[in-house]
Amino acid sequence: MKNFDLVVAGVGGQGIILASRVVSNAAIAAGMEVRTSEVLGMAQREGPVTSHVRMGRNIQGALIPSGQADALLGFELSETVRNLYLLKPGGTVVTSTTTIVPTTVVLGLSSYNREELMAHLRQTVSNLVTVNAERLAREASNVKALNSVLLGTLAAIDKLPIPAAALRETLLSIVPARLHEVNERAFDLGYRSIGVS
Amino acid sequence: MPVRLLMGNQAIAYGAVEAGVQVAAGYPGTPSSEIMATLSKLAPRHNFHAEWSVNEKVALEVAAGAAFAGARAICTMKQVGLNVAADPLMTLAYLGVRGGLVLLVADDPGPHSSQNEQDTRYFAKFAKLPVLDPATPAEAREMTRYAFELSEKLELPVILRPTTRTCHAYQDIRISDEYNPRPVSGFKRDRRWICLPTVARQRHPILNRQQEQARALLEQSPFNEERKGGKATRTGIIACGVAVGYVHESLALAGLAEDVDVLKLGTPYPLPAEPVLSFIRRMDRVLVVEELEPVVEEQVITLAWKHGLSVSISGKHDYVVPREGELDVDRVLVSVGAFSGIETKAVAATTDNKLPALPVRPPVMCAGCPHRASYYAFKKAAEGLDVVFAGDIGCYTLGVAPPLKAVDTSLCMGASVTVANGLHWAEPERRQVAFLGDSTFFHTGIAGLINAVYNKANITVVVLDNHTTAMTGHQPHPGTGQTVVGEPAQAIDIAALARACGVEFVRVVDPLVPTKAIREAREAMEFPGPSVVVMSKPCVAKNKRGFRYEVASPELCNGCRICVDELGCPAILPGPEAPVISLNCAGCALCVRICPSGAIRRVS
Repeated sequence: MKNFDLVVAGVGGQGIILASRVVSNAAIAAGMEVRTSEVLGMAQREGPVTSHVRMGRNIQGALIPSGQADALLGFELSETVRNLYLLKPGGTVVTSTTTIVPTTVVLGLSSYNREELMAHLRQTVSNLVTVNAERLAREASNVKALNSVLLGTLAAIDKLPIPAAALRETLLSIVPARLHEVNERAFDLGYRSIGVS
Repeated sequence: MPVRLLMGNQAIAYGAVEAGVQVAAGYPGTPSSEIMATLSKLAPRHNFHAEWSVNEKVALEVAAGAAFAGARAICTMKQVGLNVAADPLMTLAYLGVRGGLVLLVADDPGPHSSQNEQDTRYFAKFAKLPVLDPATPAEAREMTRYAFELSEKLELPVILRPTTRTCHAYQDIRISDEYNPRPVSGFKRDRRWICLPTVARQRHPILNRQQEQARALLEQSPFNEERKGGKATRTGIIACGVAVGYVHESLALAGLAEDVDVLKLGTPYPLPAEPVLSFIRRMDRVLVVEELEPVVEEQVITLAWKHGLSVSISGKHDYVVPREGELDVDRVLVSVGAFSGIETKAVAATTDNKLPALPVRPPVMCAGCPHRASYYAFKKAAEGLDVVFAGDIGCYTLGVAPPLKAVDTSLCMGASVTVANGLHWAEPERRQVAFLGDSTFFHTGIAGLINAVYNKANITVVVLDNHTTAMTGHQPHPGTGQTVVGEPAQAIDIAALARACGVEFVRVVDPLVPTKAIREAREAMEFPGPSVVVMSKPCVAKNKRGFRYEVASPELCNGCRICVDELGCPAILPGPEAPVISLNCAGCALCVRICPSGAIRRVS
């Protein structure tokens, strides 16, 4: 089995770390070695968060080199584009179409052009899956279940070295029991959502 | 024993427990904080002592005392914390210890979450103490156990220096839940524990001899290992700490894995001479790859010179390896390419398409953060006055960002107050206001306040009291009334402390009531003497209100944009007709209270 490198990226507070842990734990359960890393501390307060997840054998560092990631799971449109440099040519991107506009844009200090970012993704990524994860999370009755929706979509494209059912099972073993139902629903909505663009 | 996904910091804590640690003390600081957080969860079960100390100097002295008495002790901090603990550290090396003392100092190359990227391995050399540099979380745990053994063999504190990519990296690790501490031998009187000049004169030569003893022991340690590429080669790389993985991966990407031998070094000081010598004797050319300073490189050069070897040594001195910032495979690949004289395809670019403009997304204070309200009050109160805002280290350093721009200086923990002292003496007519958090006030801020009162520096000190150490993950501190293991403790009253220091103007203010907060801020700044304002409101991340606000209707909004332009709240976005308050709203109501047209209402 080949090693698999996954980047999970978005904005602090979106549930990126939990999604990363779910994949990591599912990989361990599937008998793989895992190394994962992100930066905590100052970078967490509504700043960009990028989690690197490496699965397989004889993993060296915890950081994925540029142009080496097999897949990128994006929680926020501009953060997906920001992390594209990590993706290998022909790699897969699963991204939510969610946009989170930072205060620098509000104050006119930088810009956020949704259409341009979307066009760039479409032009650049051959294996692109977009999903309105925010809407599906709301449909699952909790907007915070965004991460479960995206895990569902990631499982559906069948690129991970982890079976979809195993990923779903690990997710449910990690979230508290009272949230099982909503996360199950969110995962399944994400799983069935696939609209390849 | 199941395999668990463990963070490096958790692995270190488990390593300490497996080594039978009896006393654990530390001060929070990224990337070290989760070590004590993990130890505090294990402490009640195994009945050992764990504490968040008031600062790093206190923590190291607590650990030293325990180790004098023969207990195994660990002390945790981040790299800049070691500066605070430098005073006990330098003499503790002379005195030594009886029980094993492991000083865990987490370095932050980058830096990601620090005010500098100093290299603790230099500090170890300066203090003449052995230092271990783990490559992975799993090795960090092994090294923790080993460090206790080494400390007791040498009767010296041993420094364990992980970096961010070990502390905050996760790995599948098999741990035991065993805790078998040895009985504490007890404190035995000895002149050795008294740092008289005569004792220092006796101990200094001993300490110097211990360097060679330490070197000999480290030569036998399992952390230094050669890996042959396969082909007979006269080219080698010495890699240290997390750089080991980057080197192997770079060699593989460059197609050089078989052409280069790699010596992994996990014990940077004192340099284990034997494995290094036997490696460099075989080589014509050697590259040293380590993060931050050339600590190993300089020792390798010295060793080669001492033995008259003609091997050529590359690294930071000839600019082949970067001396600043965090290393990664991308950067090491460039170094390996330069060293090998081959063109490395640094980055397999996904595309040639030009990247569109991306929004700048710096970390900001959370929606509903009471610090925003405190800064807002003082900015408003200082309008028309020429006031300098001296800042400090914590979440509130983020007040530097527009639109608040409420931080004019920031140096180190507690320096807001003391820098304000100095600014005052340079410009006595100008008002200086120091802002620092509650934990920072206890850490080192209080000394500056006493100094201001004693030396009559008429400054205003604002304690941003959110009842926790927020930035590093909500640790308790002396003002919270709770210990690290969750036991109730005496809550030390900051306002009472300020009064006891002789401050005549002390006010406790709710920052989220802006009219009153602005008035109190103004009075504090006009007071003819040192003044203290305690801005008291719990951290929003720990105290969700369960409701939020929204603009009632666009017609009510007069379009003044005060809420958007003056607060910089990430939950308030400009909309087509009126600002839109997002679901991120934490219900602090600051915008409600400053809205001149009363357009914002509560949503439950």
